[in-house]
Amino acid sequence: MAKSKRSVNLVQRPIRRFAPIFILPTFLAFVIGFVWPFLQGIYLSFCSFNTPKDAKWVGFSNYVKAFQDPGFANAFWNTAAFAVVSIILINVVAFFIAFALTQKMRGANLFRTVFFMPNLIGGVVLGYIWSMIFDGILKNYGTYLTANGTYGFWGLVILVAWQQIGYMMIIYIAGLQAISEDMLEAARMDGATGRQTLFQVIIPNVMPSITTCTFLTLTNSFKMFDQNLALTGGLPSVIQDGAKVNITELLALNIYSTYNINKSWHGVAQAKAVIFFILVAVLAISQQAATRRKEVQQ
Amino acid sequence: MKKSTQYSNLSKVMTVLFALLSIAWLIPIFEVVINSFKANSFVNLEPFALPTAESFVGWANYIKGMTFGNYPFFRAAFYSFFITIVSVALILLLCSMSAWYIARVNSTISRVFYYLCLFSMIVPFQMVMFTLTFTADQLDLNTPFTIPVVYLGFGAGLAIFMFLGFVKGLPLEIEEAAAIDGCGPLRTYFNVVLPMLKPTLISVGILELMWVWNDYLLPYLVLDRTKYMTIPILVQYLKGSYGTVDLGATMAVIMMSIIPIIVAYMFCQKHIIKGVAAGAVKG
Repeated sequence: MAKSKRSVNLVQRPIRRFAPIFILPTFLAFVIGFVWPFLQGIYLSFCSFNTPKDAKWVGFSNYVKAFQDPGFANAFWNTAAFAVVSIILINVVAFFIAFALTQKMRGANLFRTVFFMPNLIGGVVLGYIWSMIFDGILKNYGTYLTANGTYGFWGLVILVAWQQIGYMMIIYIAGLQAISEDMLEAARMDGATGRQTLFQVIIPNVMPSITTCTFLTLTNSFKMFDQNLALTGGLPSVIQDGAKVNITELLALNIYSTYNINKSWHGVAQAKAVIFFILVAVLAISQQAATRRKEVQQ
Repeated sequence: MKKSTQYSNLSKVMTVLFALLSIAWLIPIFEVVINSFKANSFVNLEPFALPTAESFVGWANYIKGMTFGNYPFFRAAFYSFFITIVSVALILLLCSMSAWYIARVNSTISRVFYYLCLFSMIVPFQMVMFTLTFTADQLDLNTPFTIPVVYLGFGAGLAIFMFLGFVKGLPLEIEEAAAIDGCGPLRTYFNVVLPMLKPTLISVGILELMWVWNDYLLPYLVLDRTKYMTIPILVQYLKGSYGTVDLGATMAVIMMSIIPIIVAYMFCQKHIIKGVAAGAVKG
């Protein structure tokens, strides 16, 4: 926005004098809550430490240990598989529910209310509720949720789908409602079948919603922690190459449990956190870049 | 003519189908409700059975749930309420003020802060969680009364970004007129800008409320756990002693933690759904 001289004199200059009130408190909190911990985190990933006071520089050895840890590799592949499965499942189901609810249907608002409700419940409570349900079902077959990694993986997929489908549905509904009635009318006049209308008119027009939702489900899956902790806590665990591997652990939980082994692992946990940050950042930036390219083309 | 009757038949079928799906969707919550009225041994034995004359214990689980696990539920609920309300109020007020400053003042601080906010949005909490705990301990931010500062700091990036999207669209002329009429920046902000920000305040407020109320890891790491627990911490603490714990009473605790959210949802459903849709557009 090109600022006129008048607005500079009238608006900008007086506000500037009030910087200590308008911007300083937030900026200080931001430094305490983000900037300083971030910088210290990078530094400590190269150290062996119990607390920051006794940190000793060890170079890249934490990173070497992190990459050699079979538990970290296991958590990475788990997270990747979990992300792919939940992105597809959540988005397909959420889109079709949203599509159905935007057609003429009695009770659509009530259904929308119900589907969104699980979102309001915190991840830890959700994990507890579903572990009770899964254990109750599996008991009939003489087994339990943490007996086997497959149960834990699919259990988490079901839990997260139940939680997030309603959220993504809301975004898809907003996208679907933004499609103009004229365009659908035109498609109808041109004799488009229901299927043609869906794939050639509706889906291209809700592309922005689809990108938003895949982005959200992708980052949510990579950052998943509470649900993972409360549902299985990473169990069951096995010994692999002399190290303990928690079969159903995702990346965020693996970082946390590494830190809690003992203080000689603090540095490794922080190094894993840096690797995790780079991974999440690369995913987020490349997804946003892909979106931007699409927007330019339109 | 034929087509329209077909359509309405389809619509009826869909309504029935979605009614059934909605009921199925609520089963997990229903499960908690029925088990919260059953004696402990029956929760373990038959988690899906409705309470019978034998297993029904009335409100006993709720009464026990208030106190058991060595930590009274009311204390955790008080801390959860306090932390959530103060943190969200701080974030809304201070971040909207910062966003207005950044939008109106073209200076190095504005630009640096803006880019740092953008950057912070791609940093996962795990990256800063250990070091944030050390910093919070050092600065005495480890109590429910000071932890809102940590929430403000970690939540500022997203909140400022969302406010900025809206502030940039506000017409400058109104603020110029206020300045000509003799309003200083503070009065302009509180009497002119803030009222115009109301829809965004609601959207951002709802997203922050859902985050802080349900947050587990940040308070778990930052707070002095021997003294302070929030509801999610209490629930996880009870689950930690799985097997020895009274499941019926735990279900009652979960019920008590869900009820305030569901009640709030019933009252401001429209705003919540709008807030989610608006927050998502910004991505």
